[in-house]
Amino acid sequence: MTYELVIGLEIHAQLLTDTKAFCRCPNRYGEPPNTLTCPTCLGMPGALPVLNRNVVEQSALLALALNATIHPHSKFDRKNYFYPDLPKGYQISQFDEPFSSGGWQDVEGEWGMKRIRITRAHIEEDAGKSLHQDDGSTVVDMNRCGVPLVEIVTEPDFRSESEAAAFITAVRELLRYIRVCDGNMERGSLRCDVNISVRPLGQTALNERTEIKNLNSIRAVERGILCERERQIRIYESGGQVIRETLLWDEATEEIRPMRRKEGADDYRYFPEPDLVELTVSPEEIERYRDGLPELPNVRRKRYREQLHLHEEAVAVLSGDREQGDYFEALLRLGVDARTAAGWMQGEVRRALTSENRDMADFPLAPSALAELIQAVERSTISISVAKDVFRKMLTDGRSARAIIEAENLSQVSDESELRLIVERVLAENPDELAKYKSGKRNLMSFFMGQAMKATRGRANPNRLAELLQELLDTP
Amino acid sequence: MSSPIPKQNLPWWLYLKMLPSPKNLRNHPDLILEAVEQALVRARDLESLHAFVTLLDERAHRQTAAVRDGLRRGEPLPLAGWLLAVKDNIAIQDVRLTCASKILENFTSRFTATAVERLEAAGAIVIGKTNLDEFAMGSSSENTIFGAVRNPVAPDRVAGGSSGGSAVAVAADIVHGSLGSDTGGSVRLPASFCGVCGLKPTYGRVSRYGLVAYGSSLDQIGAFAHTSQGLFDLLRVMAGRDARDSSSAHEPPPDSRNQFSAIKHSLRIGIPEEYYAHGLSADVETAVRSMISKLERHGHSIVSVSLPHTKYAIPVYYILATAEASSHLARFDGARYGFRSEQATELTDVYELTRGEGFGLEVQRRIMMGTFVLSAGYFDAYYRKAQQVRRRLLEDFSRAFSKVDVLLTPTSPTTTFRLGEKLDDPLTMYLSDVLTVPANLAGIPALSVPIGNDSQGLPIGLQIIGPHFAETMILQLGTEVEGLRDGVSS
Amino acid sequence: MPVTKEDIRRTAHLARLHLSEAELDSMTETLSRVFDDIDQLHEVDTEGVQPLHHVLDLRNVLEEDIPRPCFTREEALGNAPDRTEEFFRLPRVVN
Repeated sequence: MTYELVIGLEIHAQLLTDTKAFCRCPNRYGEPPNTLTCPTCLGMPGALPVLNRNVVEQSALLALALNATIHPHSKFDRKNYFYPDLPKGYQISQFDEPFSSGGWQDVEGEWGMKRIRITRAHIEEDAGKSLHQDDGSTVVDMNRCGVPLVEIVTEPDFRSESEAAAFITAVRELLRYIRVCDGNMERGSLRCDVNISVRPLGQTALNERTEIKNLNSIRAVERGILCERERQIRIYESGGQVIRETLLWDEATEEIRPMRRKEGADDYRYFPEPDLVELTVSPEEIERYRDGLPELPNVRRKRYREQLHLHEEAVAVLSGDREQGDYFEALLRLGVDARTAAGWMQGEVRRALTSENRDMADFPLAPSALAELIQAVERSTISISVAKDVFRKMLTDGRSARAIIEAENLSQVSDESELRLIVERVLAENPDELAKYKSGKRNLMSFFMGQAMKATRGRANPNRLAELLQELLDTP
Repeated sequence: MSSPIPKQNLPWWLYLKMLPSPKNLRNHPDLILEAVEQALVRARDLESLHAFVTLLDERAHRQTAAVRDGLRRGEPLPLAGWLLAVKDNIAIQDVRLTCASKILENFTSRFTATAVERLEAAGAIVIGKTNLDEFAMGSSSENTIFGAVRNPVAPDRVAGGSSGGSAVAVAADIVHGSLGSDTGGSVRLPASFCGVCGLKPTYGRVSRYGLVAYGSSLDQIGAFAHTSQGLFDLLRVMAGRDARDSSSAHEPPPDSRNQFSAIKHSLRIGIPEEYYAHGLSADVETAVRSMISKLERHGHSIVSVSLPHTKYAIPVYYILATAEASSHLARFDGARYGFRSEQATELTDVYELTRGEGFGLEVQRRIMMGTFVLSAGYFDAYYRKAQQVRRRLLEDFSRAFSKVDVLLTPTSPTTTFRLGEKLDDPLTMYLSDVLTVPANLAGIPALSVPIGNDSQGLPIGLQIIGPHFAETMILQLGTEVEGLRDGVSS
Repeated sequence: MPVTKEDIRRTAHLARLHLSEAELDSMTETLSRVFDDIDQLHEVDTEGVQPLHHVLDLRNVLEEDIPRPCFTREEALGNAPDRTEEFFRLPRVVN
């Protein structure tokens, strides 16, 4: 019997706002425990929530990037349950009137191109962190409590763990790209729960599903899916039934464990949050948000491939990384040829970044500065090898390309008569080699080139030099 | 329950009138400290009334010094001279905030409610936190760990609830004014029972930041004072948008004092027939109708109106308020603050035992009711239905206010009852709110003004209800009612 | 509508309220009567009526994304029934 996997994902993305969703405590990771709290996020008596404007803005960008429809009206609801990391005894979330619904994301893989449908994306708040101690107690850190989240729910459109992995990768890249989430799965700023069922191939009805939590990396998602698939198939093959339950992925043992809870299925008793008012978004505002979106990675990818004809590697890097892509675009706007620019980005710029262990965002040369250097090469003012040198100097001492070229007198010697003189002198100074060349040792051309380049301190226009040498060598 | 005998066999009335008026104190700032001292002494002398939970001697002294200095420097301080009490479900920084519950008995708030901040910034001095029904759930101020609040007019009777302590603090002339909270009548009912004025503002008029919520879509911080004018003075300072409360209205506070006086033009006064139905005591009805006649002779027109959904207000209220309360009170779980049961050895116990031991019976009942109406399978039939009927109630008022300017009703069907009388049957207790609850559901302002006593000498309250943000008008009418009551022409 | 003891038991668990058997009985009786009274709501015709969430017509109450000072750790943990130097502490969730 062949079984088919049916998977849906629930992705929680922490937004990159400066403050929390409903209070103005800083939204920061890694601070000492319980130092980022206030009456509101601690759920103290008398405290009230106030929605962060930037949460709405970032959620709007996220929804639009996923091709979702932003609802003109949405509201908040309370999701009621008891847990140590939930100080109010309820989470402020959105139930029946979410911020956005619909949308899709295309994923590419060995299957070709597949469109994954998104059911909804809504706004909610994160809980604190509970840590289980060896002595049997639980300790709680409330720093994370109240951090804004968008929950993205997909339709059960995935049929393999690779599709799921590709989707998470694509969404992660997209959210980082539009700067609403840093996508760090290890730190938990992007979390993914999996809803999974299996059914005999050909069956259209869905079988019962389970939910897997605590998958902290894309690899864990893939492994978790495969593990659970096995478990469910075994159950069916032995004549049993899969029951709906929540399971935990144990990273250490790479196993699925049941998440045993004393109570039965949670009744969250959703009802409208009385302390928060309705959210409305006008069509004009939606257009404004849309204008605020950058060119998205898949659009860039297509353009770089089909219009600029860049190599696959350049396409991948420049469309996947927002900062690099934007820098590249700036070079193009300054008139640099696409392939030349791509070459510089993939070559010297990348080398400079890795050697200094820097991100593109911290790259010290403005696009105009680099463009000036590149254009000096294109105009043959300097050779490419000199340019690389100048580049390094620009990075270390902060001078402009022009300043360095002038100060060190690096501009290429292209003057015909000057070059001719130099070539003649080289030939004159090396009579033995000249004789050998004339008697058949053609490979000595590179020797003469080397000597001539040395004589010009590398500043000769190589093509012109080669032509002159050839001309003078060929004359008897 | 036996009634406590006051220290001397003198009638209560001789004790009243000892507190100088805020105006007098403001004009003689050096007397403010003495007045504060007197208030604290008096509060302790009248301890048997159980009006106060915490007295703030040191803090009040500090405030007094600051107010005196401020006056010397010429700062405006419009409420300098006012002594206040604050219901113990309203937060003051570094002061115990008990909500009259075991679960918060030793809890200290880390911030101050906006309303209190504003009043103190205007020069008012808070001398203590007052007793209440636990978490504001009750109509008699008997559901409290600090002993039932007693009515100073008749100490074997209730003060009304849930803001009983605050009503008594004013009625017994300990302070000039006090803050309470009103979710279903918890300011107006005790005002009526104790013979003082009590105001529930329009929903959103006064910030709820710092008020421990009961029914968040219904709650408002309200005030007690001896006169409607006094309430106006307090409201002007407290009211206005607060960025820390998302449900806070943008309406600016009522305008300046110079324009406040008795009402200058004649009003169309609506008499909603459903509020004068069975259950109304004869004395109460007589007093109210008599005042209505006086108002008519004074030039206002009287119009009969109908608010047909009135009878459903109690069920709607009890569904919505308890649902909201059950959710809000989930935070009291013994984990981060407050009482934790000593028997608890594992997490479920921490929650269940803490809450079982920490909450009083009435609070537990309401948590159960609220949890039930929100639970799977019942939400549509109860919660959603109640929200729909709530809209119908709001529509009733809108229609009425297109025909009349204000509505006049009794505040309560009866005058105060004996301690313990209604504790056995919650339903009977719930019905005390039948005339006050509708204003909370509609979010409209309502005022209770004392208009005399019944044949047993127990105070009767007249309720004046206005449309949204019409506090000035209803308080002006209140002033006129006070004049007519006292035989003083305005 | 009748409220059964099982309803009450389930509700008490949802609300994390420990009630003894006697308390469960008493609560069942009281709440049954309350709900009998509440049931009159079903007389009201609410066909097509929008549920009322807020009495005021407020929308989009938002605040700028600018940090404000937080509690110190002492202020945050000061009221805790049990704590370590840095954390709130509870008995373990039984798994």
